[in-house]
Amino acid sequence: MTDTATTERPTGLSGLLSRITTGSNAGSLRTSLTTVASSLAAVAIALSICAVLLLVTGKSPVDAYSTILETAGDSNKLLEMLRRSTPLIFSATAVAVGFKMNLFNIGVEGQYLFAALIAAEAGSRVSLPAVAHIVFILLVAMAAGALWASISGILKVYRNIHEVISTIMLNYIALSVIQWLFENFFRDDTVEGLNVKTTIIAESGQMPDLVDGRLNAMFLVALATAGAFWVLVYRSRFGFRLRASGYNPNAAEVAGIGARRMVIAAMLISGAIAGLVAMYSVVGETYAYGPSATPTQFGFAGITVALLGRNHPIGIVIAALLFGFLDSTSAVLQLADVPNSIVKVMQSIIVLAVVVVNEATIRRLNARTAEQMRAQTDSGEAS
Amino acid sequence: MNLLQRMPRIVTIMVVFVVTMSVVRSWTGFDDLTSSGTIGATLRLTVPILLAGLAGLWAERAGILNIGIEGMMILGTWFGAFGAWKFGPWIGLLFAIGGGMIGGGIHAISTIRFGIDQVISGVVINLLAFFGVRYLSELAFVGQPQGGISQSPPQSSPIGRFDVPFLSGGRIGGWTSPDILGNLEERGWFIVGDVAGIARGLTNGVSWASLIAIVLVPLSAWILWRTTFGLRLRSSGESPESAESLGVNVIRVRYQGLLISGAFAGLGGGFLAIVSSSYYRQGQTAGRGFIGLATMIFGNWRPTGVLGGAAVFGYSEGLKLVAGNSITGLFLFIAIVAALAAVMGLVRVSMRRTLAAVAVVAVAMLAYLTVDEVPESLTQSLPYVITLVVLGTASQRLRPPARAGIPYRPGSAH
Repeated sequence: MTDTATTERPTGLSGLLSRITTGSNAGSLRTSLTTVASSLAAVAIALSICAVLLLVTGKSPVDAYSTILETAGDSNKLLEMLRRSTPLIFSATAVAVGFKMNLFNIGVEGQYLFAALIAAEAGSRVSLPAVAHIVFILLVAMAAGALWASISGILKVYRNIHEVISTIMLNYIALSVIQWLFENFFRDDTVEGLNVKTTIIAESGQMPDLVDGRLNAMFLVALATAGAFWVLVYRSRFGFRLRASGYNPNAAEVAGIGARRMVIAAMLISGAIAGLVAMYSVVGETYAYGPSATPTQFGFAGITVALLGRNHPIGIVIAALLFGFLDSTSAVLQLADVPNSIVKVMQSIIVLAVVVVNEATIRRLNARTAEQMRAQTDSGEAS
Repeated sequence: MNLLQRMPRIVTIMVVFVVTMSVVRSWTGFDDLTSSGTIGATLRLTVPILLAGLAGLWAERAGILNIGIEGMMILGTWFGAFGAWKFGPWIGLLFAIGGGMIGGGIHAISTIRFGIDQVISGVVINLLAFFGVRYLSELAFVGQPQGGISQSPPQSSPIGRFDVPFLSGGRIGGWTSPDILGNLEERGWFIVGDVAGIARGLTNGVSWASLIAIVLVPLSAWILWRTTFGLRLRSSGESPESAESLGVNVIRVRYQGLLISGAFAGLGGGFLAIVSSSYYRQGQTAGRGFIGLATMIFGNWRPTGVLGGAAVFGYSEGLKLVAGNSITGLFLFIAIVAALAAVMGLVRVSMRRTLAAVAVVAVAMLAYLTVDEVPESLTQSLPYVITLVVLGTASQRLRPPARAGIPYRPGSAH
């Protein structure tokens, strides 16, 4: 390992530079076409696997898929799709920031729930003018998410604990801490019953509605975040360093990019974005945090959306819309006598298929490039 | 290295544990610290974590990270409950093993055949299993008596339990032998009563399935360290190139390792659905797959270490279940053990260790004197906090398989 690293250092660095420069300009048209085609093929493969699953379990795949397709024409369902895609965009972007430098943030789940509780509580305690109040809550959420994520970053940098392990453990620790904080300090004791929450946020801190109670402006914030992600990762010096550290940590280190600082910075940004995941609910729908009111499981869904969207902002938005759409069909499916849990199964299989096909495509492309280079050197030697 | 060579250390740990617990018990009056009830509960709670830890051990020793243990356990709970409901508990356990192996097989195909990132594959398997069994429940359990989308109908017959004759009043034929340990435990003599309580907990009302699970620990150790297959499997995890150059079929060995890993995880899930309870319930695994992963890490990728780690978590859970108020006694226990460590540090002239131990003594004593009741919500996270602390403080002593997590393609050594 060390031998190859030292001998290949010059080529590694120039290779790194060329990869990053060409990669940021969307690469060659052919490569991006191959990428899109392979994603579509993967989705098709996944859908046929699901069709077989449905057939084996005695349900009609034709019914299921035609019901899903019919839903696409319903404008209410399309709004539902946008609403459901909102948290997925945040969550997937948070995961993608980590992926860009080979950091696997499995901890979005804990980060966003912790942030939701802290932001909801902070938002209910202050009184500010309308816009400032919302901005304050969102900033608190980002800070809380970043704080929780920073634990993993610090553990990785100073104690060399792999972030996969620490984020998994911190997810569970977050659940405990949240429960403890909520039950002992933050719970609104005036509310009885099952639907306990934190104190309701005042109207000045409530996110404006876009379409009659079906979609709030957090969707626009999500799109803006995806845009900011693009600028940050592909157009800024920080993003260059981030991707450089991801592509080739040794070369990046030689080029003077401090790996430790990059790990901490990436975890902070990832956690800050993760902090916004549940905000569509906290400032847009329930105006509070509640153990049963605040949605869970988006952290893991975000990983799948990031993988499906290839960690690119446009891909992430498209993937989030696709998953949001599939989620929005579940009620209709149930009416058509197809168990709606097939939707979630379908999503998992789509992701597995996309990752597998992606891996195979990359390997094929690499093999082709290697062959071309070999052909070039051979002809060079011949002449 | 092998079980025999490590025996003295295990014996030391056991003696320290029993004597200290005995002191704490007579000091605090928390009799449940070493009662047979607590130890029995500990055993039942240890088994699923132990099996999850062994599942991780088998996978990583073969060179593949297994984040998907939780998902494989979920498959085990569902298939186990289904099999037990239809055909009885023992067939149920076989179904559970099969369910876990499906998960292990998917993980094997996607990571070994297609070479995708092992962590990603594990995460997707967790999701697939969680929602997959929901789908299956909708088909199989909805409409059945007491069944539903998140719950299976209850099983009619449980797996048998046994009491060891003479020690814990087991029956021989029609004759009930005396419950010697039970009598000793009731007297509550210093140390003798504690040993009797612990031994009775391990010999009274033990499920046959628990016995099988415990036997799997030395069996795993023997297979991995004493057979050709085990050597090949471990070498695939340490240095696949060398293994391949010596004629080992690394790919096949890794497939086998992951199928065994899935089987262990599935059995752990089946234990939850068939022995710990009598039906499948959504969320039954409650993160035990990840706790298993944690025990594997600070068990230092060894079967006996996994057993030790699982027992620690099982004991803290069991104590919480049987006598929640006794938890504060553990602070005193920690303080005494840390004080012993401080003395050891002085003997070995290690200033740093002594100071660290003294600090632990101070914190633990403070906690014992001030805390009356540990909040339930915080004790839940104990296994995860301990894991991070162990990883952060003792990572130099941990030695994971060198190549776990790195994809390997045959012939890539050239």
